Amino acid sequence: MDGSATGPLFRMEGVSKRYGGVNALTGADLAVEAGRIHGVLGENGAGKSTLMKIMTGVVRPDEGRMTLDGRAVTFASPAAANAAGIVCIFQELSLVPDLSVADNICISNPPRRFGLIDGRTQRRIAEEALARAGGEDIHPLAPIKDLPLSRRQLVEIAKALVRNPRILILDEATSALTAADVRKVFSVLKRLRQEGLALLYISHRMAEIAELADECTVFRNGRNVGTFKSGTKTDTEIVELMIGREYSHAFPPKPAPKASTETPALEVRNLSWNNRLKDISLTARAGEIVGLGGLDGQGQRELLLALFGVLRSTTGEVLIDGKKCNLSGPSDAKQGHVGMALIPEDRKTEGLMLPMSVRDNLSMASLGRLSKGGLVDRAAENRAIDEMIALLQIKTDGTSVAVGTLSGGNQQKIVIAKWLMTKPKVILLNDPTRGIDVGTKAEIYQLLRKLADQGAAILFYSTDYDELVGCCDRVLVLYDGAVGRVLSGAEITERALVSSALNLGGGHAEDGTPALAGAGAAR
Amino acid sequence: MTDRALPVAHGGDWRFWLGEHRGTLLALGVFILMFALYTGNHPAGFNADVVTTAANKGVLLALVAVAQTFVVVTSGIDLSVGAIFVLCNCVASRMFWETGLESAASVIIVLLTGLACGALNGLIVIYGRLQPIVTTIATGAVFFGIALLFRESPGGDVNEDLADFMTNQFPGGIPASAVALFVVMLVIWTPFRRSMLGRVVYAVGSAEQAAYMSGLQIRRAKFAAYALSGLLCAIGGLFITFVTYTGEASLDNANAYTLNSIAAVVLGGVSLFGGRGSAVGAIFGALIFRTIGDLLFVFDLDPLWQPLFLGIVLLVSVCLGSFRLIRIRNRLDLFG
Repeated sequence: MDGSATGPLFRMEGVSKRYGGVNALTGADLAVEAGRIHGVLGENGAGKSTLMKIMTGVVRPDEGRMTLDGRAVTFASPAAANAAGIVCIFQELSLVPDLSVADNICISNPPRRFGLIDGRTQRRIAEEALARAGGEDIHPLAPIKDLPLSRRQLVEIAKALVRNPRILILDEATSALTAADVRKVFSVLKRLRQEGLALLYISHRMAEIAELADECTVFRNGRNVGTFKSGTKTDTEIVELMIGREYSHAFPPKPAPKASTETPALEVRNLSWNNRLKDISLTARAGEIVGLGGLDGQGQRELLLALFGVLRSTTGEVLIDGKKCNLSGPSDAKQGHVGMALIPEDRKTEGLMLPMSVRDNLSMASLGRLSKGGLVDRAAENRAIDEMIALLQIKTDGTSVAVGTLSGGNQQKIVIAKWLMTKPKVILLNDPTRGIDVGTKAEIYQLLRKLADQGAAILFYSTDYDELVGCCDRVLVLYDGAVGRVLSGAEITERALVSSALNLGGGHAEDGTPALAGAGAAR
Repeated sequence: MTDRALPVAHGGDWRFWLGEHRGTLLALGVFILMFALYTGNHPAGFNADVVTTAANKGVLLALVAVAQTFVVVTSGIDLSVGAIFVLCNCVASRMFWETGLESAASVIIVLLTGLACGALNGLIVIYGRLQPIVTTIATGAVFFGIALLFRESPGGDVNEDLADFMTNQFPGGIPASAVALFVVMLVIWTPFRRSMLGRVVYAVGSAEQAAYMSGLQIRRAKFAAYALSGLLCAIGGLFITFVTYTGEASLDNANAYTLNSIAAVVLGGVSLFGGRGSAVGAIFGALIFRTIGDLLFVFDLDPLWQPLFLGIVLLVSVCLGSFRLIRIRNRLDLFG
């Protein structure tokens, strides 16, 4: 291929997508050329994944147009995008665990003879594709479920290659790979570029983008805020482009940090789980709001679940008020002597029973303490419910309406109230303000500070850096399942959060293994 | 590092083959042992008649178990297999079986009946978005109701020459029913397993989201699985007509076959979570289940105790299927 002098292979103009009231993408433009690698950067919720989903036919844009070879295109399904030559390697793997490597690689169009799948040819195709993807040591007959994550990622790449893509999209494709595998994949990607493919490379690893990309585009708040030749901007300039959200919230003032020697309400020592959490240590004292930062999916959710006893076979120690405790699940964790509460991420599945009433939902977690002799004390229950509705200013038409009829913000308040009713001493929050309105957010910030002042220890995971800056006394930035950096007091700025989320400037090795820069809050 | 890597020759294929077919091979082994025990203790010993009788009974459940496999592989369950089986038996007993042409037409009508029942299940599950278990309980009741209309009281007729041929022995004492089952598997299961369709059915059962993201035709695959399940039930229904020469709308039979087919599938190494296992294994599972019954007979267990014993076997075999859960490390996945 001689590269197209006629214009980009693929172009996206003014593409927008809304989910409910949230603009995921607003008038986004992107141009991708054959024989080039295009890096895409942006912080959480900047619109990168929505962009990819639109390009690959998973979601339809609300407005805007896309052209391929100068002709307008729309994709009704992933299959249609594939047929047009756009293939994506998703972050969430799309492999079928019970089928073999070869079956998976050839899954969308296996070689057939007389209508039946030709196992021998399929195996040859798979072996060739694996070799192209740098996974020649993977046995084509091995079932996917027996492969470690890094090998599966290579199978994903091989699977994409057999579809003969013209545009290959890689979404955090190296996040599960070892350093040696990353190098292999890079040489494969560079060869594909020579072969004339257009590659779209989404990553939060700046070093990788710098090595691979010919052009970079930065997204912020669903908009393209800059496209430039790779190497023409410094890391700092790129971080500047990524941050700078316009809105600001009303945050309550933070108390002055007190040097305390008292036993922390929550202490974690060397917590590890399943290679997703790596040797995490942290402390949270009564009265303190400790933030969890970092990009999505760096182990924050798993950390909260592990503390709450949801994960099996974790190693390390969790101490409550200096006493070791071994929790076997949420019902253990909420017992009075532990006093832990987890406000889950997804209120619709883990937080609420949507068809049940406000009243039933509110008292769900506290029925034990509201009961006498096995019967629920209705008077005590009513008092507790009224108290919560007043405390959180929940707007509801009485307590017997179904929770599903309330607004998102009020639903979230009910999830929080439900757990506050258990009088928790340690409160874990998993991104509690996602998808709720600004007013309610401000109320939640006030509430968190009030709870801390009343003596609760709070561990607060948020994907919104602004919130971490505004609310937290300290922030632990997680990277690849480990504590990458601890920021406290005036160090907590959006820039520091973004650069440590990207694992920049920690003096760490360039092979992607994070350095434990200052992880020892508890050491 | 070479710029153009070459494929590496891989050895050790047998390990993966063994891994994939472990359940089937285990079921085969257990069946051989149990059958040897059975014939060894049978008053008549190991002879062609004993084998043929066992085969005729075994093949009936085996066909329904294969039907169940199609649906279980999609990670569904079909509680209407017994009812379709009985309905097809009743339909068959209402057909004309005088001439060869009539008999051929009758066979085709019975098969189409089963196919239609399965297709209906598939349509409701796919477009009604109902859970398979709820759908098939309801349709099963409907199918049984129709069966009763076809055959108020036991009776009817079948082409006796054809029936005798199918339930007798070939030269050398090979049971014709076993050969018929073999042919059915060769014509239906093998092509299914090796076709794109079969591949997608397994993919759907293993990880439906991943299958969707891979751009596969999920609905078509599910529909085919349910329809083929109905077809296999019809073949079973035809066969019981050959064995008994009559049709009977028996609710006991319908329920027993449904329940036993689930036991057979699990004993044969098919995962109730979908995506794993083979109908060949399910056949051996069915034969094991039947042989357990026969063993109870030769060892003279009080017939009063037999249902309880078989119930326990069913319960234990279903439990075997959930060993996987022990390995789960995130308790939230237990509810997935």
